[in-house]
Amino acid sequence: MKLIWLQSGGCGGCTLSWLGYAHGPLLEVLAEVGIELVWHPSLSAASCDEALALLEACARGAKPFDILCVEGALLRGPWLDQLPSGNFHRFGGGESMLDWVLRLAMRARHVVAIGSCAAFGGITAAGGNPTDAAGLQHDGEIGGGVLGPYFRDPTGLPVINVSGCPPHPDWITETLALLAQGRLTPESLDEFGRPRFFAERLVHHGCPRNEYYEFKAGAEHFGQQGCLMENLGCKGTQAHADCNLRLWNGEGSCLRGGFPCIRCTEPEFEEPGHPFHTTPKVAGIPIGLPADMPKAWFVALAALSKSATPPRVKENATAERLRRAPSVKRTKK
Amino acid sequence: MTRRIVGPFNRVEGDLEVTLEIEGGRVAAAFVNAPLYRGFEQILEGKAPLDALVFVPRICGICSVAQSAAAARALADAAGIAPPSNGRLAANLTLAIENLADHLTHFYLFFMPDFAAAEYAGASWYAEVSAQFGAQSGQAGRQALAARARFMQAMGLLAGKWPHTLAVQPGGTTRPLAESELFRLQRIVREFRAFLEARLFGSPLETIAGLDGQTALERWRRQDRAGDLRFFLELADRLDLWSLGQSGARFLSVGAYDEEGGKCLFAPGTWYEGRVLPFDPSQVREDLSHARYASAQTAQRPEEERTVPLYDKPGAYSWCKAPRLGGEICETGALARQLVDGQPLVGDIVGRRGAGVGARVLARLLEFARVVPALQRWLDAFDPEGAWCTAAPLAENCLGKGFVEAARGALGHWLTVHQGRIGGYQIIAPTTWNFSPRAADGRPGALEQALVGLPVPEQGRVPAVVHHVVRSFDPCMVCTVH
Ligand code: SF4
Ligand code: SF4
Repeated sequence: MKLIWLQSGGCGGCTLSWLGYAHGPLLEVLAEVGIELVWHPSLSAASCDEALALLEACARGAKPFDILCVEGALLRGPWLDQLPSGNFHRFGGGESMLDWVLRLAMRARHVVAIGSCAAFGGITAAGGNPTDAAGLQHDGEIGGGVLGPYFRDPTGLPVINVSGCPPHPDWITETLALLAQGRLTPESLDEFGRPRFFAERLVHHGCPRNEYYEFKAGAEHFGQQGCLMENLGCKGTQAHADCNLRLWNGEGSCLRGGFPCIRCTEPEFEEPGHPFHTTPKVAGIPIGLPADMPKAWFVALAALSKSATPPRVKENATAERLRRAPSVKRTKK
Repeated sequence: MTRRIVGPFNRVEGDLEVTLEIEGGRVAAAFVNAPLYRGFEQILEGKAPLDALVFVPRICGICSVAQSAAAARALADAAGIAPPSNGRLAANLTLAIENLADHLTHFYLFFMPDFAAAEYAGASWYAEVSAQFGAQSGQAGRQALAARARFMQAMGLLAGKWPHTLAVQPGGTTRPLAESELFRLQRIVREFRAFLEARLFGSPLETIAGLDGQTALERWRRQDRAGDLRFFLELADRLDLWSLGQSGARFLSVGAYDEEGGKCLFAPGTWYEGRVLPFDPSQVREDLSHARYASAQTAQRPEEERTVPLYDKPGAYSWCKAPRLGGEICETGALARQLVDGQPLVGDIVGRRGAGVGARVLARLLEFARVVPALQRWLDAFDPEGAWCTAAPLAENCLGKGFVEAARGALGHWLTVHQGRIGGYQIIAPTTWNFSPRAADGRPGALEQALVGLPVPEQGRVPAVVHHVVRSFDPCMVCTVH
């Protein structure tokens, strides 16, 4: 399958994350599943006029291609005469990137949003959203975006949202591979258009801090080992992603790195409504409860588990390194 | 006179377009346009100060740690604290690994593929360049990508996740390392060193770092034929990349990698025609006369500036502002760092052949030889019992500024906290200096000057020299405009 990758209003981090793909040489892995990069801003030889001519041929339909990947939010502003001009991002002098993306999306067999910006607007849409940034098919949580809620590609798929800020390199590669192999159906995507293979997990799954969570033994400062939910704003129990099951850069994850999950795979993560690294509480109870957990149960269980916290867990939670190891049990006397 | 709009440039980070005025087959004037605006400085206003650490890395995917580190420093400055030794070392490592990975991406994936352009097809070296450095197909590029992926695993350990980590904080880093993990990091750095010594240099790093002038470089070159650096030097001689693309600007470095006792691995300062002077941040101004923003009459101090986009402003042609130091145009990057630090090979080459494309790329490659041994030294210096991260409480009203050297040079953040919220946030990135538009005095920025005089026909293909000059700066346009 022939693939075109465009960078709209983002930071290029999705590409850079992707280049760190660890399960083999990326370009060969793509070739294996039959993906050919027609144009990619960081990897292609064709530049300037040559690149524009190539993309123009694709947009006119003269040169067929299959997959359009868009990285970065679509910038609709500034508005001129009540129309979105897209002038905050012009690509090669003439047209806005917004126009290029719209034209190419109409010719593509599949449209893939790479990263939370292209999926939902992402960080560029934060604050007062000065550039009127939106995603391809979502404007935050709301369906819509620049392609509209009813967009379907010729095979019946909506925009495939490989969200994340940035997405894990495996999420991108595996989505493209499934697409190339014809294994991605509308049922493979969740209600935000995210591939279920990574979006049907929670970041909380497999977090090395789970034992601290069980006993509500929270870290008080960065660098400490306890759960980051109670005091430091961790949203791992509400974030759809498999970050702690599928590690980042070989050995990492946000939580393994010692800082909280900010739910970067979710629409509107950029505006949590409170400072990122604090946990808003009402009467001492965190307001952002785990997905699927009834509040009364959470409160009851938290009180119970707190009273049962082993000293080891309590002490380690606020230390930068293990102070007490689990005790060794001998079965033979 | 003909006007040509050249762009979109690819194999640079972000979006770039250049307008060339051509007279008699040469560039008479160049106007550099950053055509993407996102508004980070506006977005940050009103946020909680520590939220800057979530937003600023997302300015840029290629040097997100540099943005984090500058924000962390601005916040630390505002809080009046400094990280403990372990935190300082881990922050150094995190930033240095990103910077080196960036140099690698630049050389192998962005810069060298231009020599495989069709116009060089007749050259004796063409077949080898295409096989090794051709975009996507080149062996060297593929090997570099694999080496980079392995090297970035160090980021998993040090920073949890790259890009866009939150591990670098004003009080240190959030990831205490155990001794067994330090061992793993040492393994990763050793593998990277082995790649550089085998593929890039064909020599031990110490040999390269020890070259003290052109004579020593020539002697080293004749000893062997191996290594991509020798190949680059060969191309630089044949195509005279040395005199190509000189900017005539001052060179600025804010100093890189904190060492024990407040020193830097690479000293801060400015360099102009062989003279090194201290860097004085109070001399920085941003001029908005040719940038698409509502502007005051005079150039602003970053701590007083506001960013208000104005797309249709008459006379404006870029979203990039024009930073000046004491009214002067500056060039920043690896070449500036090495000149200011007094690295003898770079000083000698620039003295003899000028500060052009060749010197820029050579200085960048030289940093591998100078920084990797420092990484190994820092890894040995951790104190397993020491602290990693201290708290950084902020006053309701305070000011802070933070400077770091990103791969491409001087990066500055200016933060104002007003009633517990961000009142103002201004960022000047390396490429903002290098690709600055004209200021009110009409004098062009560094790249705008470096392009003048290049042979460009009035029609037809834009020659590769334009690409060499543009990419020798390793532009990062998303940082430039943010
Ligand atoms: S730190 Fe976050 S993801 Fe980890 S256990 Fe606590 S709540 Fe779950
Ligand atoms: S842990 Fe949370 S913030 Fe970190 S990458 Fe995963 S989803 Fe994003």
